[in-house]
Amino acid sequence: MGVISISETPLHVLAVDDSNIDRKLIERLLKTFSYHVTAVDSGIKALEFLGLQDVENFQSFSPNPEEEVNLVITDYCMPGMTGFELLRKIKESKSLKDIPVVIMSSDNIPARINRCLEEGAEEFFLKPVRLSDVDKLKPYFSKNDRKTTDEEECVSSDRSRAMDDDDGGDVDGDGDDGVEAWSDENEQIEKDQSCHHKMFKIEDVVP
Amino acid sequence: MERNQMHRQIANTRKLMFDQGYLDEQFIQLEELQDGSNPNFVEEVVTLYYRDSARFLSNLDQALEKRPLDFSKLDNLMHQFKGSSTSIGAKKVKTECTHFRNYCNARNAEGCKRTFQNVKKEYTTLRKKLEAYFQMSRQVGPVETAYASSVVVCTIRYDTIHSLHLNIIHSNLPLRRCAARSH
Repeated sequence: MGVISISETPLHVLAVDDSNIDRKLIERLLKTFSYHVTAVDSGIKALEFLGLQDVENFQSFSPNPEEEVNLVITDYCMPGMTGFELLRKIKESKSLKDIPVVIMSSDNIPARINRCLEEGAEEFFLKPVRLSDVDKLKPYFSKNDRKTTDEEECVSSDRSRAMDDDDGGDVDGDGDDGVEAWSDENEQIEKDQSCHHKMFKIEDVVP
Repeated sequence: MERNQMHRQIANTRKLMFDQGYLDEQFIQLEELQDGSNPNFVEEVVTLYYRDSARFLSNLDQALEKRPLDFSKLDNLMHQFKGSSTSIGAKKVKTECTHFRNYCNARNAEGCKRTFQNVKKEYTTLRKKLEAYFQMSRQVGPVETAYASSVVVCTIRYDTIHSLHLNIIHSNLPLRRCAARSH
C-alpha cells in the first residue's frame, strides 16, 4: 500500500526560563496550541535535555530520538547561561543546529534582538508573551522527516512587537524606554552581561 | 437573588482593580488562558507570584541593608521582580519597580530605599485586593448546567459590571469560548 501516513505525534517544544511564573505561562500558552511541552529552568538543563554528553566542555550531543525537540523557546536573561549563549550552543552543534530557536525578553533592545536574529534565532518575542505570539510559531517548526530541499521557509515578517521602537521611547508604557542604562550600546553588544554578570542566587525565605 | 448580587459584587471588585490601575491587560491574558481544563489557572499563577515575590522582596530587603549598596545586584533583583509583576499584570507594582531601577542606575541610595517602600506598599495592596477577589469568587464557585447530552461547565468571568459573561466550554470540542455578553 503506497499510503504515506503523516505522523500524529504532537510537536515538541522545549521551553527555557528561570522564572517560575513565566515558565508556567509559556507552558500554558504552548499547550493551548496542543504542543507537547518540556519546561526547564536553565540553559544547561536545556542542553542536557537536548542530549549534551560532555557537560564540562559543552560538547558532544547525543539527542534522544524518543524526545525529538521541534522548537526551543528561551528567555534571554537567565543566570549562568543566557538565552543567547544557549542559542549559540545549539547552532554550533551539528546534531542540534536545525532546531529552530525563539528568544523571549522583557527588554526591548534592538541591538540585542539583531544579535539574536543574526546568530540564527527565528523570532524574538517581547515579554509578556501572548497567545498571538505563540500563534506565529507554526512556520518555524522543524520535523526531521519533513524537511526537504523544496520546502519554502516561511518566516513571519511581522516584527511589530519585537522591533517596535522607532522613536526609542517608552514603547510598552511602563515608564522607561526599555534600554539598559548601565553601559553604552557598544559595550552592550560586546558582552551584554547586564543579565548575568553575577549569578545572584535567590535565597529561600525561611518561613 | 443573593447569588446575582454576589456576582455583581465580584464583577465590581474586578473592574475596580482595572479602573484604579492595579491591574492591566496582562491579567486579562491570564484569564483568557483559564478554561474547563485549567479552571484555576489565574489563581495558580497569582499564588506562584506571591511565593516568588516573598523571596525577591526579602532578598532586596537584605541587599538594601548592605553598606555600600551593590546597585548592580539591586538592579538585577528588581529586574526579576519586575518581570514577575509584569507577567501577572501588576501595573502599579511594575511602575514602582521601574522607578527603583532608575534610582539604581543613578546610584541614588536614598531614592532606592524610598522607592522600595513604595514597591512593597503597592505589592501588599494588590495582594490584599487579589486575595479578597479570589476568595469571593471561590465562595460563589463554578456553575454547572446540562447541555444536550453532555455536561457543560460554565466558568464565570466578571468582565463588566453590567453583565455576567458565561464561558461555556463544551467538553467534547477543542477550546472554544461562547461568551454571552450584553452591552
